[in-house]
Amino acid sequence: MQTLVAYVENKPGVLNRVSSLARRLAINIDSLTVGPTENEEIARMTIVAHTDERGAHRLEASLEKLVDVLLAENISSRALLERDLALIKVSADQQNRPHLMELTKVFRARVVDVAPESLIIEVSGTADKIDGLLEVLRPFGVLEMARSGRISMTRGNDLLRPPSALPEDSKAEPAGSTVP
Amino acid sequence: MKLTGAEILCETLTRLGVREIFGYPGGAILPVYDALGKSKLHHILVRHEQGATHMADGYARASGGVGVAMATSGPGATNMVTGIATAMLDSSPVVCITGQVSSKVLGSDAFQEVDITGITMPITKHNVVITKAEDVARTVREAFVIAKSGRPGPVLVDITKDAQQASAEFDWETSAPKLPSKRVRNNHDQAEFDRAVELLNTAKRPLILAGHGIMVSGAMRAFEQFVRTGSYPVAMTLLGIGCFPAKDPLNLGMMGMHGEAWVNNAIQEADLLIAIGMRFDDRVTGDLRTYAKNARKIHIEIDRAEINKNVKVDAALIGDAGEILEKLTPHIVTRDHSVWIRHISELKGDSAVRDIQSLPDSGHLYAAHVINDLWKETHGEAIVVTDVGQHQMWEAQYYHHNCPRTLITSGGLGTMGFALPAAIGAKFAKPESEVWVVVGDGGFQMTMSELATIVQEKINIKIAIINNGYLGMVRQWQEFFYDKRYVATPLVAPDFAVLANAFGIRSERITKRAEVVPAIRSAREATESVLIDFRVEQEDSVYPMVPAGASLHDMIRRPNNPLVETATEP
Repeated sequence: MQTLVAYVENKPGVLNRVSSLARRLAINIDSLTVGPTENEEIARMTIVAHTDERGAHRLEASLEKLVDVLLAENISSRALLERDLALIKVSADQQNRPHLMELTKVFRARVVDVAPESLIIEVSGTADKIDGLLEVLRPFGVLEMARSGRISMTRGNDLLRPPSALPEDSKAEPAGSTVP
Repeated sequence: MKLTGAEILCETLTRLGVREIFGYPGGAILPVYDALGKSKLHHILVRHEQGATHMADGYARASGGVGVAMATSGPGATNMVTGIATAMLDSSPVVCITGQVSSKVLGSDAFQEVDITGITMPITKHNVVITKAEDVARTVREAFVIAKSGRPGPVLVDITKDAQQASAEFDWETSAPKLPSKRVRNNHDQAEFDRAVELLNTAKRPLILAGHGIMVSGAMRAFEQFVRTGSYPVAMTLLGIGCFPAKDPLNLGMMGMHGEAWVNNAIQEADLLIAIGMRFDDRVTGDLRTYAKNARKIHIEIDRAEINKNVKVDAALIGDAGEILEKLTPHIVTRDHSVWIRHISELKGDSAVRDIQSLPDSGHLYAAHVINDLWKETHGEAIVVTDVGQHQMWEAQYYHHNCPRTLITSGGLGTMGFALPAAIGAKFAKPESEVWVVVGDGGFQMTMSELATIVQEKINIKIAIINNGYLGMVRQWQEFFYDKRYVATPLVAPDFAVLANAFGIRSERITKRAEVVPAIRSAREATESVLIDFRVEQEDSVYPMVPAGASLHDMIRRPNNPLVETATEP
């Protein structure tokens, strides 16, 4: 699994170009999230793809050829923070509700909705953590589930910024992003 | 100054230096045609929109500039698809302008509405829909920049009818392109550069693989300097032909599936491959597992996505070929490769005996004779536009190009029907040049309606049909790999000479070797277009041949001809 971050122009059709490119390269996308950045003209994507390092390089270099893509970078091998958000609706009755509450606490999740026969648990974290919670909830009956897909950010001073947001003197190439 | 979107388009194209537009009118592009009539732009009416795109492509390849094609919405636009894909695969800068239904009815399946930007997304470098007159000038200017810059490619601009009709302020200064600023990738990473220099100076058997990128970059001089300084032998890709003179002793000829045997063998024996502006296409490498096993590889390429795509390289220099070569040349220390070059000439050995040119005149007319005579008669200086198939490979083998941009052919996509329209485009780009179409009887029948365009435009191009009554290359594969079961390859054709006359074009039919040169001479003397129908040997094959997926050194060679053997043995 490879993780890429892309800054793109925030306008219609760009998502289509990005996903169409992955299809053309026969790369299966595991998750793709997109949302505006602090600059509303620029959107940021996190793409998690089923491919190897070579495939990720092709995807990265091909993405950057798209006119609307400002920057694309494979960050798989860097120190990352990864987050996924999930809403899980579990069937719950008087009897097992306390047990579910307990599990929720262990996973540092939250119960965000309670109904007579179900409740909704909100959990965020790495994909592994969410998968772990899902596993223990399954015996209770998972009625519905929505996952946001992964968002990622490199840690510390390792900044990933679109080129237009870079101050003039820092436009030089950051280390480690030249030819593979 | 207030103008309509259509007028702004024509004014913008004129200011960008466009003189010719290849196109076909229709409802959704009519406002533009009305404005065209009032402009100085010359519109060439084609007979099918595929022809318009190939003409714009041929124009771009011959001139080095941008070619422009135009069509209406719906079927007009979809007919362009093959031509756009052809330009995409061969990195040719073409701008296609299509009319679109009014923005108010977009998405309603209106008459002749089709989502052409959706359709062409994977086969254009970029595409865009314009729905407002005020966006026309900037977007079209941006399209030209995108088409021409970096690795060139086709750009499609789809303009709704209401955007053509509406008025907007036209101002050249304020409509300058505003493309998003991209990060400048470090083109000359020092470590990679140093490794390349070291590889160059330690190689004993270096070989250059010269591709289309050298021509695109306009790096012919820098390349020649590089070759001479290191005295490197040069192998060409099909699209690289012309970037270095064929008459130069260091030019070995074409590589790949139908490349010369000594070239393919040299690649397999080399200890360093210097790939410049080429992309290790499967037709060039054969089986990747056995490809150039002895060689380290340097890849000079402007498109980062091509690095390590097919062949893993030891040093990658990303950027403009000319700039990189100019930087590299002063670092070349090792300059003597005479032992290696002598070895390659020994590899040539038996090829001369096998060569079809050595066959005595037995009355048979071979395609190779026609091409070779054409080369001699035109002194290798004509612009030759070929189609796809056997004749294309024979042209690459027997017409020795000395000048850049003189071989125009569909390489990557292998589009039959390309030659005739592309030659029309090339003639408009280079009106003073002699232009020859070399085309098979199959491909010619795909786009021969463009003969009418030639007549309507009163242009002078020469057409040589290599007519063997078969879809020859497919027949050859059936002969070699399908036990001679010639399914769907025997081909009935009209009498091309009579057909040409019906269009108002002079013609001749040639069946004997002795008639070839006089026919070419008489065609060259004519001040009008001439079509020559060369009836060549029907079941001749292109040799050598690396079967698809086989190793590069596993070539099927032309069987030794008994006539030659008896002639050489007393």
